[in-house]
Amino acid sequence: MTKPLISVEALAKRYPKRGGGETTVFEDIWLPIHPGEFVCLIGHSGCGKTTILNVLAGLDRPTDGAVIVDGREISGPSLDRAVIFQGHSLLPWMTALENVAFAVSSRHPEWSREKVREHCRFYLNLVHLSGAEDKKPSELSGGMKQRVGIARALAIEPKMLLMDEPFSALDALTRGSLQDEVRRICTETRQTVFMITHDIDEAMLLADRIVLMTNGPQAKIAEVVENTLPPDRRPATMHKHPNYYPLRNHLLDFLVTRSKTFAQDIAGKPYDPRKVPVVRPVPAEALAAV
Amino acid sequence: MTASLTLRAGLLSLLIFAAFVGAWHVATLPTVGAAAGDVDPEYAALVSGAAAQGAKSAFPTPMDVAATIWGHLKDPFYVRGANDQGVGIQLAYSLGRVLLGYAIAAAVAIPLGFLIGMSPLLHRALDPFIQILKPISPLAWMPLALYTIKDSNISAIFVIFICSLWPMLINTAFGVASVRKEWLNVAATLEVGGLRKAFRVILPAAAPTIMTGMRISIGIAWLVIVAAEMLVGGTGIGYFVWNEWNNLSIGNIITAILLIGLVGMALDLALARAARLVAYVE
Repeated sequence: MTKPLISVEALAKRYPKRGGGETTVFEDIWLPIHPGEFVCLIGHSGCGKTTILNVLAGLDRPTDGAVIVDGREISGPSLDRAVIFQGHSLLPWMTALENVAFAVSSRHPEWSREKVREHCRFYLNLVHLSGAEDKKPSELSGGMKQRVGIARALAIEPKMLLMDEPFSALDALTRGSLQDEVRRICTETRQTVFMITHDIDEAMLLADRIVLMTNGPQAKIAEVVENTLPPDRRPATMHKHPNYYPLRNHLLDFLVTRSKTFAQDIAGKPYDPRKVPVVRPVPAEALAAV
Repeated sequence: MTASLTLRAGLLSLLIFAAFVGAWHVATLPTVGAAAGDVDPEYAALVSGAAAQGAKSAFPTPMDVAATIWGHLKDPFYVRGANDQGVGIQLAYSLGRVLLGYAIAAAVAIPLGFLIGMSPLLHRALDPFIQILKPISPLAWMPLALYTIKDSNISAIFVIFICSLWPMLINTAFGVASVRKEWLNVAATLEVGGLRKAFRVILPAAAPTIMTGMRISIGIAWLVIVAAEMLVGGTGIGYFVWNEWNNLSIGNIITAILLIGLVGMALDLALARAARLVAYVE
């Protein structure tokens, strides 16, 4: 296995509880992410998913543990780790192009104005926003705003893309087409991505590995599920693949029951947070054939 | 529909104006057969014989005032000695003081408000001073200003400065402190440096709030200049009003009142325009 691009090590977040003591949101989170990999973290609200992403982005600090990049602990935000936020978080007084240009000129302060604009147009084109460059975010639809956010993150050509439920505010149709595009772009550019979601289908479409987190407080990583769907999967057709339902049922089963009962399930059994089980859900007949 | 609403509103405005002028006209009609003789001779000397005898009201009729206004507008910039200058010149003096005091206040309040908004420590430390100084009537500073500055003109400008300061300072600090966290996060993840963040993210985000403060300030400054000039005297529209009161020239006073209102409206409109330039839709 290649050296991980980024490595989450023994991460924990605790808050002081009212009236003394501490609440542990999550603890002992170990997660290596390899170059070119699309990793999805699934869990219920309150398990600290967003906190983990913010720590990876450098916007939040963990109580314990560290995030290691290139053998060094990260100390703050970096242009190497671009974030696509849950809300589009575009600057409303700038046009679509200016929003992207603001990011690009942060990355390349030495670039000429024309070069920056050229670069921005390329990425706006990539997310099919040609023609909307000079519109303000308030003049764009929800899906278009999120596209600008994606273009802004991609345009700085980060080593890693962090996405915090980027499609959750969109309607189903827009979400589907945008997910498809993100998958295409990320596969073509071999972009390393860490994404948070609570949408199973989204994770199955986009992720190579799906990390399952138990419910908080004291949330942990229960297991890592490898995506058994073929790499050329599309949102419209992937449910016809024989592996679709075994994978989906496994994830759903985890979210519905096992995410709650995980602590009891592993009671008395060995649990190594650094080596959580890796699961490859396939149809029963395929298993029998092996 | 909107056009007809505008039209109807305009008609109603005219009607209200006509009713007001009509009532004024009736109230100032010469009273026929008023008992003469029981008039205090001193009062008669003051307001001219006809008015004292009740034949003519001391308060001018609408037509008198219209004539007076026309007289001022025909020749607004004459200078006939220190105490007799055109109303345009007086207004220019007042505007000059207001704009100068206001500009200095903006130059202090906006950077300082920025720092207060950025630093919770500075906010806490300066808050007691601001809370105590803010409710003080700006005119209360006048004696202190006259004593220390020893110049009535600069004292008036100082009073304008002090009254314009607070709304701009408080709004800037508030606007800067309440910039949305996600916009700051964007700047942070893009590793945007301090000055660039201040000018490209925080300032545009806070600009509408800052402009609201600036608009409140110019309104207060224009209110205060009249009172300040009544106190310090010499020049300015406030002094003009007071001088005409001493001359008991009600027509001139009414002219000045109208012009004060018009200039105040123009100042407010100018800042509303400027506010529209920096507004954004979230």
